[in-house]
Amino acid sequence: MTSLVLADHDNASLKASTLSAVTAAQQMGGDIHILVAGQGCGAVAQAAAKIPGVAKVLVADAAQYANALAEPLAALIVSLAGPYSHLVAPASSVGKNVMPRVAALLDVAQISDISAVVSADTFVRPIYAGNALATVQSKDAKKVVTVRGSTFDKAKTDGGSAAVENVNPAADPGLSTFVSQALSKSERPELTSARIVVSGGRGMGSGENFKIIEALADKLGAGVGASRAAVDAGFVPNDYQVGQTGKIVAPDLYIAVGISGAIQHLAGMKDSKVIVAINKDPEAPIFQVADYGLVGDLFQIVPELTKSL
Amino acid sequence: MKILVAIKRVVDFNVKVRVKADKTGIELANVKMSMNPFDEIAVEEAVRLKDAGKATEIVIVSIGPQAAQETIRTALAMGGDRGILVQTDAEVQPLAVAKALKAVVDKESPNLVVLGKQAIDDDSNQVGQMLAALLGWPQGTFASKVALEGDGIAVTREVDGGLETINLKLPAVVTTDLRLNEPRYASLPNIMKAKKKTIDTLAPDALGIDVAPRLTTLKVEEPAKRQGGVKVADVAALVDKLKNEAKVIG
Repeated sequence: MTSLVLADHDNASLKASTLSAVTAAQQMGGDIHILVAGQGCGAVAQAAAKIPGVAKVLVADAAQYANALAEPLAALIVSLAGPYSHLVAPASSVGKNVMPRVAALLDVAQISDISAVVSADTFVRPIYAGNALATVQSKDAKKVVTVRGSTFDKAKTDGGSAAVENVNPAADPGLSTFVSQALSKSERPELTSARIVVSGGRGMGSGENFKIIEALADKLGAGVGASRAAVDAGFVPNDYQVGQTGKIVAPDLYIAVGISGAIQHLAGMKDSKVIVAINKDPEAPIFQVADYGLVGDLFQIVPELTKSL
Repeated sequence: MKILVAIKRVVDFNVKVRVKADKTGIELANVKMSMNPFDEIAVEEAVRLKDAGKATEIVIVSIGPQAAQETIRTALAMGGDRGILVQTDAEVQPLAVAKALKAVVDKESPNLVVLGKQAIDDDSNQVGQMLAALLGWPQGTFASKVALEGDGIAVTREVDGGLETINLKLPAVVTTDLRLNEPRYASLPNIMKAKKKTIDTLAPDALGIDVAPRLTTLKVEEPAKRQGGVKVADVAALVDKLKNEAKVIG
């Protein structure tokens, strides 16, 4: 039994979500290999080789993998799938895009966004925006799984010394081309791995007003998130969204500012260790999940909080 | 150009679901059902492409019980031309849905399939990708913008770090994200007109596909309930709690 874990990376560094996927794969049992597919991704392969418990790193370095397009990447994974019992990826935008394609090409089910491993063939996954947890068993010969990063510890990043092996690219289906990307630039910690997250909602009123959220986040060394309402209103970019269909976070401290607490938002943050809610409406549902609630005007409270830290 | 839109009937997004006492699933009796919100966005996008003169026909497809006809009817009222229901009362998992849709695509030969990126009941986020795989077509998932250009389609995707734009050769599969559009409400005249539109019903057997589940659900449970905490009086009290009680800040 061996698992192949798809590394999530930007050709320069390994993303933390990969480390959670490795931990999940360890719980499934057997050996672990990591696939690094990209272009000029040698540093990523070296980083992957240092993860303790990883036996081998496969590197597919070719132009068609530079931007993780689903069609060539799925073809590559399928070409390598033969000896593996488990194909595992983080439930990141890359994993969610490519793994169902891999599963269908192999004619097996895919198990999305698992939050726990029960055994090699049985997994727990949240359904209905995390309002229920389903335990599912796969009867397929290969398990194709994506892993919710927030519920698995991150594997260590040093101490390992896996062999690094180049693999041949698979034939490129040539169905898609990469055009451009517009990535948010930020010096702040990444939302899904930040120890503290400060999020703003509709109550912020404008994108300009997010400055007070950012000031608080910078004081705390926190990542900045948002509710769907704030993203839909155009206050902040889509990659800030925390929730059922956005990012799932579970930091030590989550501060929800001007967020009412719709089910869809709670789905993305209710596993946080400590939740603080700041809202002018004492009846807002967010207070039902918050450890500490503060009712009042966020435009006074947030700057005051920033100043007092 | 013909567009096929796949939709799913799901528990309405406003319903607070409850787990059945015997842990076999979710209580669905007397619960309000609606079109999956992401699929509404898919229908809307197809209607906009037709309004813009870029599409000629919109076929709405759903897989599910007879009641899914109502959901198809809603999509027809939004601007779909005709409907197809692959009718079954059995549990149909994503791979089986993709196989059913592939069989319908083989019959209908659309140039574009649009569907929601995920259904808000099982939150799988798989069918579009699987359908593209089975058809050997490219996929543009999590779309926040689409533009038909010649024999291709440019899809702007919501990815972890921001936005990414890719070009796909047609035919292609596109799955919708929240920011693609804001779906319309069907007008009363259009609801009346939709009643006269055709909905064909097919059996999975007639499509020659095997829809047997690959995953067995062993149990469905409620997650641990989070206890609401306390309200604090002011910022000073909050800082004190965070430092000395929760110990999450230094």
